[in-house]
Amino acid sequence: MTIGETSSLPETSSQAKPVGMSGRFKALLARPELVTVGLLMLAFIAGALLSPYFLDVPFLLSYTSLSIEVGIMAVGLTFIIISGNIDLSVASTLALVACVAGVLYFDLGVPMGITLVLSLCTGAALGWLNGTLVTKMKLPALAVTLATMALYRGAANVLVGDDSRPKLAWSRDIVFPDWFVGINRVCIPGTPIPLPLVIFLALAIIFGIVLHKTTLGRWVYAIGTNEEAARYSGVPTERVKTLIFTLMGLLSGLAGLIMVSRLSVARYDHARGWELDAITAVVLGGTDINGGRGSMFGTVVAFFLLVFLRTGMGVANIKAESQLTAIGTLLVVAILVSNLTERFRK
Amino acid sequence: MVTVSDTLHRQRSSSLAVRLSRFRELGIVAFLVVVIAVATAIEPRFLQPFNVRSILLWIPLLAVIAMGEMMVIITRGIDVSVGSILGFAGIVVGMIFRDYPDFNIYLGTLLGILLGAMLGAINGALISWARVPPIITTLGTLSAYRGLVFIVSGGRQIDPNHVPTALIRWSQRGPFGIQWIPWVVVTALAIAALTYFFLRYTRSGRDVYAIGGNPEAAKLRGVPVERTIFLVYVITGAMAGLAGILYASRFGFVNPGETGVGFELTVIAAVVIGGTNVFGGSGTVLGVVLGCLLLGTINVALAVLGIAATWQLAVYGLVILLAVTVDAIIQRELRRATTGE
Repeated sequence: MTIGETSSLPETSSQAKPVGMSGRFKALLARPELVTVGLLMLAFIAGALLSPYFLDVPFLLSYTSLSIEVGIMAVGLTFIIISGNIDLSVASTLALVACVAGVLYFDLGVPMGITLVLSLCTGAALGWLNGTLVTKMKLPALAVTLATMALYRGAANVLVGDDSRPKLAWSRDIVFPDWFVGINRVCIPGTPIPLPLVIFLALAIIFGIVLHKTTLGRWVYAIGTNEEAARYSGVPTERVKTLIFTLMGLLSGLAGLIMVSRLSVARYDHARGWELDAITAVVLGGTDINGGRGSMFGTVVAFFLLVFLRTGMGVANIKAESQLTAIGTLLVVAILVSNLTERFRK
Repeated sequence: MVTVSDTLHRQRSSSLAVRLSRFRELGIVAFLVVVIAVATAIEPRFLQPFNVRSILLWIPLLAVIAMGEMMVIITRGIDVSVGSILGFAGIVVGMIFRDYPDFNIYLGTLLGILLGAMLGAINGALISWARVPPIITTLGTLSAYRGLVFIVSGGRQIDPNHVPTALIRWSQRGPFGIQWIPWVVVTALAIAALTYFFLRYTRSGRDVYAIGGNPEAAKLRGVPVERTIFLVYVITGAMAGLAGILYASRFGFVNPGETGVGFELTVIAAVVIGGTNVFGGSGTVLGVVLGCLLLGTINVALAVLGIAATWQLAVYGLVILLAVTVDAIIQRELRRATTGE
């Protein structure tokens, strides 16, 4: 359980070393993910009390597919936020990649396999553009990705208009190929575990290992803790930042393709406003919004918390628009609580 | 870290920066002229009174909030919740007009401003005292306030027949019977003038720049940093509340899922195009007003030239990116010129 603290906070790790049980216990209590795990249990109990349908395991598992894109984007955002940056354009990248896939397949007649590869490349290119603007122009990531948030979704809108791919007016025979659509209906044989969930968990594990066990991961923490110091100690800061933005674009693109497969249609307003959910998942998982601290485990736990909250509110018949208020408040409260405990500890 | 020569360089660069920032406003005017010239070349009737009026009508909503947003960005913050505050004030006051048709419209406007200030105060308290980063706070309240709009209104629109005609007249008639400068435009320009005097001649106004220039130094010099930042978000909220009323006046309806949605991007675009530094510390009222005028002109030009509304979002994104990048290049050249690197 010492993942995530390896290269982040020297004080915490020196706290963790000494005097047996009580010291280790204190270090465990100090972990920001603990609150999230507690909240997850609470949400579970509350959900079970609210509705008898909530504890239906296949139902809960299938419900994770409905917002799996949030989880996949949150995996990449964990890197971005730990490095002290932010990416507001993730959901717009998702939409643009979805629309690019639709246009490539239907308007240009590109075979589906090649379409998938080209779409993922598009996602990576969009992320690379963000990273390059941040590093080469020395602009704040907030300003750059706020602009590309509008630009990418705007480009998606220009590409397919207010229509969709396949177009509404087309015959029902013109659709995405059968093998591509309906990824959420595919389960691991013999279990109720849907394929998107498996993809998300696999990505979280791979990226978690990269973040916590490799040099690249350490560099990301170092940049987030003190970029100047990292540069002077030989970290190729610009290349690392460009790389993580590119990976972010790639993950958003993958999320876009999964969404198209799930809904069997590409539209420019796919995942509108979902950057909020993705950022909420990361921050709720105990990652410091100012960079330098956080873990992939926290993000995964927080993602499930968000899904169960949405499911709970769904079965309790709370409207999607009203759920917005809850998610928004949750984001602010999560940071508020971590700020207060920080101050209290000092 | 700061040496004497550093400070000297900074002084020299600041005088250069002043010259360049003047040049920057000329740049917006030049761009404006180009847009108008191109639009007129393609469509000779572009500058007829009807279109000029449409351009001017773009300014009020935008400029009013942009004044607040500019101050927020000068203090190194950001407020993306303004669109939701606009919607909230618009819907609540609209519901009052619907249920009490005789309600005084000036009182309604005041109420809208107060509601906006209240929501802005929540933002400001979280940011200045609870130290929740501005982007997280306002991203959270962007959703939270929008959800409130739906909860309060039950998802129902305020229809045109429920918006008082006297209110709609603000967008139709101007002072002294001048039709093409409606009252809402006059109001917005008055607020811009007030902001100019606030930033230039009051203590709090100077503090806004001081905080943006260097928060630690400002604190050491005794600037009430927390209070000033709180104030800036309250003002922005109040302005967004006023914009909610102006929206009802201009469009004659308020819709929970439409009014103010995504408007934060337009506002931030206007502020950044106006030359406000995204790193904080500098920005001018004149620049931002010109930025609003430019955005309004681009929008009307797109419509007149028959370019579909689907282009709007992409154009905003591109224009923000362009403005930010051009500023970054100017700053880099400036640094190079002053430090001789």
